[in-house]
Amino acid sequence: MKQLFITVIAILLGTIAQAQSKKYVAAMQEQLALMDSAKTTQDFQNVANNFERIGDAEKTQWLPYYYAGLALTSAGWRDKALDKDANSEKIMALCDKAEAIEKNAEIYTIRNMALVQQMQVDPQNRWMTYGQQAGKTIQEGLQLDPNNPRLYYLQGMSVLGTPTAFGGGKEKAKPIFEKALELYKIEKIKPLYPHWGQKQTEKMIEQCK
Amino acid sequence: MRVLGIALLMSLATISSLAQVKISGRVTDIKKNPLTGASITLKDTYDGATSDSSGKFQFTTAEKGEQTLLISFVGYKSWEQKVTIGKEPFNFTVELKEEFNELKAVVITAGTFEASDKKRAATVLNSIDIATTAGSNADITTALKTLPGAQQIGEREGLFVRGGTGQETKQFIDGTLVNNPFYTSSPDIASRGRFSPFLFKGTVFTAGGYSALYGQALSSALILESIDLPEKSVASFFVSPLTWGGGYQQLSPNKKSSWGVNYGYVNLFVYFGLVKQTPDYFRIPEFHNGDANFRFKTKKGGMVKFYSSFSTGKFGLRQPNIDSADLKNAFGLINRNFYNNLSWKENLGNGWRMNLGAAFSINDDDISLQIQNLSNNAVTTGKSYIDNKNFVLNHRQDFAQIRGVLEKKLRGLSAVRFGSEYWYNNDKSKYNTYTTILKDNFASVFGEADIYLTNALAAKIGTRFEYSSVLRKANIAPRLSLAYKTGKDAQVSAAYGVFYQKPENTDMIYTTNLTYTKAIHYILNYQKTTNARIFRAEVFYKKYKDLIKTIPSTNNNGFGYAQGIEFFWRDKKTVKNLDYWVSYSYLDTKRDFQNYPQQIRPNFATEHTASLVTKRFVTKIKTGFNFTYSYATGRPYYNFRYDNNGKYGIADQGRTIDYHSLGFSVNYVPSVGKQNAKAFWVFFASITNVLGSNQVFGYNYSYNGLIKQAINPPARRFYFIGIFLSLGVDRTDDAINNNL
Repeated sequence: MKQLFITVIAILLGTIAQAQSKKYVAAMQEQLALMDSAKTTQDFQNVANNFERIGDAEKTQWLPYYYAGLALTSAGWRDKALDKDANSEKIMALCDKAEAIEKNAEIYTIRNMALVQQMQVDPQNRWMTYGQQAGKTIQEGLQLDPNNPRLYYLQGMSVLGTPTAFGGGKEKAKPIFEKALELYKIEKIKPLYPHWGQKQTEKMIEQCK
Repeated sequence: MRVLGIALLMSLATISSLAQVKISGRVTDIKKNPLTGASITLKDTYDGATSDSSGKFQFTTAEKGEQTLLISFVGYKSWEQKVTIGKEPFNFTVELKEEFNELKAVVITAGTFEASDKKRAATVLNSIDIATTAGSNADITTALKTLPGAQQIGEREGLFVRGGTGQETKQFIDGTLVNNPFYTSSPDIASRGRFSPFLFKGTVFTAGGYSALYGQALSSALILESIDLPEKSVASFFVSPLTWGGGYQQLSPNKKSSWGVNYGYVNLFVYFGLVKQTPDYFRIPEFHNGDANFRFKTKKGGMVKFYSSFSTGKFGLRQPNIDSADLKNAFGLINRNFYNNLSWKENLGNGWRMNLGAAFSINDDDISLQIQNLSNNAVTTGKSYIDNKNFVLNHRQDFAQIRGVLEKKLRGLSAVRFGSEYWYNNDKSKYNTYTTILKDNFASVFGEADIYLTNALAAKIGTRFEYSSVLRKANIAPRLSLAYKTGKDAQVSAAYGVFYQKPENTDMIYTTNLTYTKAIHYILNYQKTTNARIFRAEVFYKKYKDLIKTIPSTNNNGFGYAQGIEFFWRDKKTVKNLDYWVSYSYLDTKRDFQNYPQQIRPNFATEHTASLVTKRFVTKIKTGFNFTYSYATGRPYYNFRYDNNGKYGIADQGRTIDYHSLGFSVNYVPSVGKQNAKAFWVFFASITNVLGSNQVFGYNYSYNGLIKQAINPPARRFYFIGIFLSLGVDRTDDAINNNL
C-alpha cells in the first residue's frame, strides 16, 4: 500500500516535471539570476513583473507568482521609502493567484513577510492587526507543512524583533532558529523550488549567542 | 545549471533577434506624471517590460500577428489594446487612470474628528487613546475635551463645542440617540458619561457640519459605533478602593456569535474618608451598574447587536446656603436608568446595505433640595426667596426610537443613503405637587449622496426633513460638504449646514408655542496626514437664530454667533516611543438667550483653550506614563437682576481666573506580549490637577446680589488607583511551541 502510494506520487511528480517546458525552465532560471543580482526597487519590480508575466502565460505554475511576490518583499526590506501598503497589496494579490493553482506553505512565507512589512510601518498601532495576522500566516503555513524551515526562520525573526519585555528576544528566538537549521539540513532541494534562508538562519544563530 | 540556462537563452536570443520587433513607449497618469514600475505585457507571452523612472519602457518580441498589449500598475486601472505585430517597431504613450481607493481617496474632514480603530490614516484617536489620556479617567467626553473645539467646563457635564451649550451636543450609538448619556449630576459638579470607551470601536466627534443622517444637535454630534464580536472568550475583573466588578464575555466556538454580562459597583465611602471633599456628603455616592449584550453574524455576513444596561445610583450632599450663613442646602438624588440598543446591519446584495436600529431608555430621577439649619434639620425661614428653593422632584424620561437607513454603493466610492427615523419622548415630572407631562412624536426622513468625482475630489450632499408633534412644526435642513486633495497627504475641505434642535423640555413645560432653535455652520478645514503625524487647521463661522429666551417670557427671540480658528497637531514619530498631541482653539462668540438681558459672551465660553497630551510607554518596565495639560483663559460670569427701576440687566460681572489642569496617569501592564499568558493584568493609577491649581468655574450670587461665591470642584484633585485583570487564552503561538 505504502509502495503504491509512493509510486503514484512519483508518477505525479514526473508528470509535473514534464509539464515544465524547456522554455519555462529557461525563463525562470533567467529571472532567478536577475533577482539574485537585483539591487534597487526598480530592479525588483522589474523581476516581479517578469515573473508575473510568465505566470500569466503559463496559467498552471504557481512558482512564477511566488517569486514575483518574493521579489517585491525583497524590495520592501531594502527600500524604506516604499509604500508598504501598496506593495503588500500587490504581493497578496500575487499570493492569491499562486494559491489558486496550488495551496502550499511557501506562499504563506511570502504573506508573512508582506504583513510584517506593513506592521513595521507603525508597530505600536499596527501590532494588534498586521502583527497578529502575520502570526496567523505562520500557523496556517505550518498546518500545510510542519517541516518548512522558512516558516521557522520567519517565526524566529519575529520573536527576535519583539522586545524582551514583550516575550521576544535572543533567548526565545534561538531554539526556533536552531529548529529551522535542523530542517534546512534535511530539506530536499527541488529545481526551481525555493530554498532560501539557510545562510540567514546560520547568521541569526550566531547573533543569538 | 542556472548559468547554463542563461547561456542557452542568450544564444537563442541572438539567433532570433533578427526577426524581433521593438515595442517601446511611456506610461503616465492622467496628469502626465510618469509612472514607475508599471508592467507592460504582451498577453499570454513572456514578453514585456517594466516602466523606468521616466515612465519609459522598451522590449522586443518575436511574436507575430494579432496580440494583446496589457499595461497594469497597482492602484490604476489596467489598459489593454489589440495590436498587430508586423515588422515595424511600435511606440505607445499610455495614460493610466487611478482606481478609486478608499484608503487613498479624499475624506471629508471639515468639522469632523474621526477617532476609530479603522486603518485609515485620518483617524485621530482610538479607544485605547481615550482610556490612556491622563486626566480623563477613561471618560469619553473628558478625553475629547483635549481636542480643539471643546471648552474646559468643569461644573457641568457635556461637550461645550464652539460657543454651544452641553445640551447642543448629542450622542448617538449605532445611529440611535442616547437620551441620557451622563449620570444625573448635582448642581455645579460635572458627572461622568455612562459608557466605557471600550464599548466602541469607532468614535466620530464632529465639532460642526455633520451628516444629514443625524439631527437635533445644534453644535455637535458624537457618533459612537459599538464593537463587534470579541476575539476570544474573556472573564474580567477590576478592583479599586472606589469601585469593583467583573464580567464575562463568551465567544461561540464557531466565532459567529457572542454574549456577555458585566456588573460594577461604585462606593465612595473609603475614598471620601481618605480625600476630603468640600461638600458635606450625608449620603455617600453609591452606584450599581449592570449590563448584558449579545451579538451575532447573520448568514449573509450582516451583524446583529444588542446592548442593555441598568443602573441605579444615589447620593446626597450639603453645601452652604449663599443667602444665609446659618443655613445649608441639602441636595439628594436617587437615579435609575435603563438603556437598550438593538441594531442590525445587513448586506442586501447588489451594492445595497441596510442599517436598522432601535433604542429604548428610561431615566428616572428623584431629586430633592431641602433648606437645613446648622444642625442639619429642615427649617422654614419665612423668607420666600429661601423657602422657595425647597423642592421634591420626580422626573421620568422615556425615550424610544426606531431608525432605518438604506445605502446603495455606486460606481467608484460614490454612494447614496436615505432613511427615516421616529423618536418618542415622554417626559413626566412632578415638581412638589405640580405635575407636567410632555409628549413628543418626532419623525424625520433624510437622504445624502457621496459623490466621488476622482480620488481627489469628493462632495457630500444631504437634506433632512423633521417634524415634531409637540411643536407642530416641520423643518428642512440642507447639508453640503466638499473635500479636495491638494497633495499626497494633504487636503482641504469645506462644510455648510443648517441644524435644528427642539427647545429643551425644561423650556417647553412653560409653553409649547415655540419653534426649533437654529444654527448655520460654515467650516473650512486643512489637514495633512502621514502615518505618524496629523496636522489640522480649521476656521468656522456659526450663526444662531431662534434661541430660547426665558425672560421676560419664554420665546424664540434669542440669537448669536460664534467664530474661531483651531489647530491640532499629533506626532508619534519625532521622539521615539513618545506620542503627543497639541490642540489650540480660539473662540469669539456672543449670544442672547435664556435669561441673558442682551447679546454677551456666554459664561461657558472663553477665547483661548489649549491642551497638550503626552503618552509614553516604556517597554523595558512595561509601564505607560501619560500627562495631559490643559489651559483656558478665564470665563465671564454675570449676575442678572432687575434694578430698582424694574429694568433687567447685568448687575455685576467679571472674569474667572485662568484655568490650569495637569493630569497624570500611569499604567503598568506586566503581561503585555507574554506568550500564552492566561491572565492579563493592568495596574492603573491617576491623579487630576497634579499641581493643585485653583480652578474656578464661575460664581453664584446671593438673592440680594451682594455675596458671590466661587464654583470650585468638590476636591482639588481626584485620585484613582485600580487593578484590572482579564482571563482569556491566546493560542496563536501554540503550533510553534509544540514543535520545538
